[in-house]
Amino acid sequence: MSALWIAVAVWLGAWALNVWLAGQPLSRRGFGRALVPLIFGATVLVLWEGLVRGLGVAPVILPAPSAIAAKISTSMPVLWQDFAQTILRGAIPGFLIGCGAAFLTAIAIDRSPFLQRGLLPIGNFVAALPIVGLAPILVMWFGFDWQSKAAVVVVMVFFPMLVNIVAGLQASERMQRDLMATWGASYWQSLIKLRLPAAMPFVFNGLKIASTLALIGAIVAEFFGSPIYGMGFRISTEVGRLGLDMVWAEIAVAALAGSAFYGLIALIERWVTFWHPSQRH
Amino acid sequence: MSRALPVLTVLAGIVAIWYAAAVWMNAKWVYDQAERAGQQVTWAEVIPQTMNQTRPLLPPSHQVGAELWKGLFGQAVTSKRSLVYHGYVTFKGTMTGFGLGIIVGVLLAMAIVRFRVMDQSVMPWAIISQTIPIVALAPMIITLSSQLGISGRDVPKAIIAAYLSFFPVLVSMVKGLRAPDQMQLDLLKTYSASQTETFLKLRLPASMPYFFASLKVAVAASLVGTIVGELPTGAIEGLGARMLIGSQFGEPLIMWAALFAAAILAGLLIVTVGLVERLARRRMGVPA
Repeated sequence: MSALWIAVAVWLGAWALNVWLAGQPLSRRGFGRALVPLIFGATVLVLWEGLVRGLGVAPVILPAPSAIAAKISTSMPVLWQDFAQTILRGAIPGFLIGCGAAFLTAIAIDRSPFLQRGLLPIGNFVAALPIVGLAPILVMWFGFDWQSKAAVVVVMVFFPMLVNIVAGLQASERMQRDLMATWGASYWQSLIKLRLPAAMPFVFNGLKIASTLALIGAIVAEFFGSPIYGMGFRISTEVGRLGLDMVWAEIAVAALAGSAFYGLIALIERWVTFWHPSQRH
Repeated sequence: MSRALPVLTVLAGIVAIWYAAAVWMNAKWVYDQAERAGQQVTWAEVIPQTMNQTRPLLPPSHQVGAELWKGLFGQAVTSKRSLVYHGYVTFKGTMTGFGLGIIVGVLLAMAIVRFRVMDQSVMPWAIISQTIPIVALAPMIITLSSQLGISGRDVPKAIIAAYLSFFPVLVSMVKGLRAPDQMQLDLLKTYSASQTETFLKLRLPASMPYFFASLKVAVAASLVGTIVGELPTGAIEGLGARMLIGSQFGEPLIMWAALFAAAILAGLLIVTVGLVERLARRRMGVPA
């Protein structure tokens, strides 16, 4: 039991520290901004470890963070192989193809308000549908390897991206477009110099949504058939064998990959849309 | 009318592409059959044969429509083959997760707006939590809850659905509760309103448009979560389970019918939430 009490004490202490830190001017900028959430995350891990040890929770129900970390360090090659299969070969190509296709479609229908008015409601509706349900069908069409995973990802990211890009292309103001017209700008000049940059906040919004969808699609598609590696495959088989430490290790990798992917997009966004009010500090 | 025409045109285009793709994809099977029988088939003979195979690669829309009709109205709604029954199971899971997600999202948002330390320590993790592919957790949540002695799949499904749906509510509510500007807050201070009164009489009403806007996203996310919760787990009830069964037994028609039933359910949910939103806005005196 003592482990549990130590963990609770650590939690309370860290929480008090956080309350104090949050009131300090230090926590508003730079390193200080990251400090509070980091302390919070660390205390959650300590509390988790204390709970598992103190209450003697069986590892088939909830492994301790230390056990998961040990599993990660001993099974690096397997984790890397799964990561490469699911993320590098499934999610990322699908993400690129899906977003690229959405982009081209948006540009293609840009000149036709009629098509836009037709596609937008449908796109909005399809974006809300449980597209993951297509996964078994696409696995049937494209086989068990990464092609079917990429296909699922393409379908999942296409509509949210399309809706966002089309909305973004309409984001420039009447006055700005008129100004371009007075300069005698052609359609393409006005598209590249005004409307595409103005669309970027929407595009990045879509990219962020698509980045989480891509990981979900790639992993779910593996539940319907995959080669004998891949994160979704590993998770579903290890759950069957009650190897929960391996499952948590895969989840940690998935969480890291997802956060890194999202963070990368957010970083590019800050660089591309530096002019947007939401980026000013 | 000006809105219906473009939508209908695009829909007609989609159906046309669908038929063309069905002919193209199913033709291979017809050719294989003919080759095995040692016959030659012409295009005119191939096309009708691609329209009503029992296990088509891509079923044409009328086949899916017929299967959907059979599933929805062809039998008693309590039958295990009825899509209404499976849809109801999924609907139940969606609503439980949706309710749970709203409660968690609103409570967290209230705490985040009230306490600075919650804002700084929980908010970043709430964002990170959404970058974790929850479906990775789905099989584990299910084993975990069965280890803990929770039988049935309602609880794990609801947890997954709630995990996906709390986030939009949280983000919108934080924004909404912070929507009142300084002048309004100052006014309440001159009335010497307490924190609770400020919350109830200013912040909460001001957040309502944000709240309802987030509900549409949340209900769709909740449905996705429920279906994913039904997919990898050997569930036998629910639309997700129908898709899985169709996939395992090689019955594409079952899969497609379940998929369209899920689409109909999603549409109904979103429309319902939209109606509730409009009613609430009217009661709060916003011109509709």
